[in-house]
Amino acid sequence: MDGAVNPRGEADFDVERIRADFPILATEHRGKKLVFLDSGASAQKPRQVIDTMIRTMETAYANVHRGAYHLSETATAAYEAARAACARFLNAPRPEDIIFTSNSTMAINLVAHSYGRGIMKPGQAVVISEMEHHANLVPWQMLRDGHGTELRVCRITDAGELDLNHLAELLADGKVGLVAVTHMSNVLGSVTPATLIARMAHEAGAKVLFDGSQAAVHRRVDVQAIDADFYCFTGHKLYGPTGIGVLYARAALQKAMPPFLGGGDMIASVTFERTTWAEPPAKFEAGTPPIIEAVGLHAAIDYVEAIGLPAIEAHERALVDHAMATLPHVEGLTIYGKAQDRGGVFAFALDNAHAHDLSTLLDRAGIAVRAGRHCTEPLHERLGAGAGTCRASFGLYTTKAEIDYLAEALASARRFFA
Amino acid sequence: MFDDLRDLYQEVILDHGRKPRNFRRLENGTHHARGDNPLCGDKMELWLALNEDGTIADAAFQGRGCAISMASASLMTETVKGKSVADAHKLGEQFRELAMTGTCPHCAAGLEDEMERLAPLSGVHEFPSRVKCATLAWHTLNSALDNQGKEASSE
Ligand SMILES: Cc1ncc(COP(=O)(O)O)c(C=O)c1O
Repeated sequence: MDGAVNPRGEADFDVERIRADFPILATEHRGKKLVFLDSGASAQKPRQVIDTMIRTMETAYANVHRGAYHLSETATAAYEAARAACARFLNAPRPEDIIFTSNSTMAINLVAHSYGRGIMKPGQAVVISEMEHHANLVPWQMLRDGHGTELRVCRITDAGELDLNHLAELLADGKVGLVAVTHMSNVLGSVTPATLIARMAHEAGAKVLFDGSQAAVHRRVDVQAIDADFYCFTGHKLYGPTGIGVLYARAALQKAMPPFLGGGDMIASVTFERTTWAEPPAKFEAGTPPIIEAVGLHAAIDYVEAIGLPAIEAHERALVDHAMATLPHVEGLTIYGKAQDRGGVFAFALDNAHAHDLSTLLDRAGIAVRAGRHCTEPLHERLGAGAGTCRASFGLYTTKAEIDYLAEALASARRFFA
Repeated sequence: MFDDLRDLYQEVILDHGRKPRNFRRLENGTHHARGDNPLCGDKMELWLALNEDGTIADAAFQGRGCAISMASASLMTETVKGKSVADAHKLGEQFRELAMTGTCPHCAAGLEDEMERLAPLSGVHEFPSRVKCATLAWHTLNSALDNQGKEASSE
């Protein structure tokens, strides 16, 4: 597949046809049709991904980069083809700019280690934002405590957008070595202006990492247009398997950075005295990689590309618009985040029901939402919602009827607790 | 839409969840502990005042959490007042069994009335992810009685 997209965007979007690709959507839970509004935590898998993975295990599986026999060569070619697909997906210049990890969390930890410890100097600073997932917060705290870097936190506005004036202030002293921010909040849905952030970081002499775990699922990402130094996403949110993540890292940085984990596959030569590293990206892929998962992710990318990111973005925009027109009619409901540019994710709370009670009720109606603080404890304190919220997140199989059903269930839940 | 959930959310629970009893600080407390359920953000602080003879004269709590955890803490403070420390521990053990299995066949004689009061919470056993909401208060009670000042966690 060449990733060609329908130039009209939404016109060809046939949600019922798409739903038919996802076997789990036909299942019932306690007699209720599944209304899956938790794709932001992990998305469901289409038949195409499931079948590709099974077929690989049945007919084309062996370890990669090791055997000189045909099956291993086939598996290696499939693994490298997946890398090339990820490069095209992010518009990275070359396949080698893609490092496979196990998820976004590992990708960010790799950068914290290989760039943070390996290249940044104690006394330099890392800038994150108030709306980071713990995956893009804790590694930088660990770097601060272990390496003597400073951790600066950029504020968000009350609308849930990155406060760019504050970012400029944080960058002003020239001590920042890295800006590491989300490209789309997993709670508020806010999309951050990546190109502008990258330009601001670069002008201040800093590198920039985007946590694209949410963004890459909902819209076309072009790491060259953004001018990103690092960009990561995680396979399981993109309708692919668990156990695989993607880190784009600029070639010059990959060359300069020391490895993260040591072991097989990442070496050029080993003696007991000394080891030399393989060329990147192998240098950052120690051990047997997630081979079947890479092939599954490739199938997921092909699947998404065939529908087209612009079409998906338009579909989700229509869903968000519908949700924002419908849900405010539910008495006592607060919706968090009012960013101008947002994707299909939002947090909400009812005035008379705690998030956990509410999610237990919604579950009874067949609706799966996430409840709690969604790995963003500091953000919830910032929102004045420290006790937690519920979160609905849309996928390409979400329908307007499901949103109407959510609104109905919320109104009914409020009466239940009245 | 949710009528079949009335077993879990009985009127007693909704009532205690909305208007928790003994929801205050104890200025003259002798024992104190914090409880925390890090996954969902529930937090509570428990105070006990023990008599010379080791019975619990007063119990009070403050905190935030779902209806189940608030109701459980509220019912617990009502139930342990006037009990010996040994009975309070025993009630905690029996309550955890009730919350996890829905029944308590080994419930020792002498505490039937108290267990009766806690029985409305037995419905949580059908909701594995909610059991810890009901048991947080009792974990916190244990840490208040046992290891002064250490934070209890339902995890
Ligand atoms: C914004 C964001 N960053 C990072 C992650 C972590 O992803 P993973 O658990 O796959 O590493 C998530 C999802 O959990 C997320 O939503």
